[in-house]
Amino acid sequence: MATIIIPTPLRKFTNSTSKLEIKGGSIKEVINELTLNFPELKKNLLDDAGKLRSFVNIFVGNDDIRSLQQENTEVKEDTVISIIPAIAGGI
Amino acid sequence: MENISFSQAEYARYNRHIIIPEFGLEGQKKLKAAKVLIIGSGGLGSPVLLYLAAAGVGTLGIVDFDIVDDSNLQRQVLFGVNEIGKPKVEAARQRLLSLNPHINIVTYNTQLTSQNALDIIKEYDVVADGTDNFPTRYLVNDACLLLDKPNVYASIFQFEGQLSVFNYVNAKSERGPNYRDLYPTPPPPGLVPNCAEGGVLGVLPGIIGSMQANEVIKIVTGIGETLSGRFFVFDALTFETRIFNITRNENNPVNGKNPTITKLIDYEQFCDMKAVEKPVKEITVEEFDEWKLNGEDIQLIDVREPSEYAEVNIGALLIPLGSVSENSDKIDRNKKVVIHCKLGGRSANAIRELEEKFGFTNLYNLKGGITAYLQKASSEAVPH
Repeated sequence: MATIIIPTPLRKFTNSTSKLEIKGGSIKEVINELTLNFPELKKNLLDDAGKLRSFVNIFVGNDDIRSLQQENTEVKEDTVISIIPAIAGGI
Repeated sequence: MENISFSQAEYARYNRHIIIPEFGLEGQKKLKAAKVLIIGSGGLGSPVLLYLAAAGVGTLGIVDFDIVDDSNLQRQVLFGVNEIGKPKVEAARQRLLSLNPHINIVTYNTQLTSQNALDIIKEYDVVADGTDNFPTRYLVNDACLLLDKPNVYASIFQFEGQLSVFNYVNAKSERGPNYRDLYPTPPPPGLVPNCAEGGVLGVLPGIIGSMQANEVIKIVTGIGETLSGRFFVFDALTFETRIFNITRNENNPVNGKNPTITKLIDYEQFCDMKAVEKPVKEITVEEFDEWKLNGEDIQLIDVREPSEYAEVNIGALLIPLGSVSENSDKIDRNKKVVIHCKLGGRSANAIRELEEKFGFTNLYNLKGGITAYLQKASSEAVPH
């Protein structure tokens, strides 16, 4: 199963878990599975049409899925997926 | 660089830079010739300014409209208790010149806006963004694109930090990505909390801000490889660091294939949120007690939830935050009204809502909420 790393602002929706093992062959499948397990994550990751929100970036390994095959990007057993939302804090 | 020279005192001060072979006198001259603008002199701005001043950057510009508050000192290491109440840019200038009198400090005691951003930023070679809200993040980004300036970006939240270098043109004349390539749109209001609401570990801006200063120094001196095209993420809890590759997006509305944004826009409208929350009138628990002692006629309102009220309350009228508008007729207009919650955040929002919608002018936020009130009461109950 692929490993998915949950960022600090979203951990309140995953019972404070920072790393999850999720099954799925593509980013779309993994995100679906993730939001089934943690329904509150859904509105933070997907818009009303079910598309990934543009202030949430998904990286597979070191690469942005926007430079790969977007939500159809392949996910393997040893893939590490990072969710990186925009944060604005500085002071 | 020929006209840049150093006094004996400066040679002695910068010796540990000058003796690094890759850095040398040449690197130090570039620092002295450089003009760097730091936007926000808070958690990130503090280490950035301290290290860039110590390193000998010739001109440092500082933009901040805020004054030093005691809740800043947990992380804003530029300031001490003697500076509480002073404008941050003034306190910063004094601290930095006492650290290094050989540099120039230019201060802008103002909020960065679409009206003043281009005029301020155009005077500088490099920008370091340490602001605390999405409208200003997009404003700084777009202004740097329009003026062709590199923008060293850093951001923090709770235990997590982000860092990158935007709009940087490398030696091969290739331009790197920017904030809009990474995040085309901001989150809707309320979905991502800011530090004032969500908190931040005090040392985190120290870690990330120091790295931000390092990127500024690399850009100015031309040594090493900047983070352009890469996006660094640090989790202080797990000590996991990740560096992602990021690329330009041809649909970028400012510098993509078909730009639709050719001048600065209204960023508060774009983000559907205010860059700066309007301050509300506040009173401390000490002042509140004084009012009561003086026999002032006060209405006290608690905007917490019923379950919190049942647990502990101080005899206030309960109107939970979600229902303040529909209960506005219960709020007195003819005497002082003190509004509290647990810590002061929700009550501030309640006051903003009531002032905006109903024009109240007699509302005061209890600083530190019921928590501060009960703390004071229990400390006074201890027999001496």
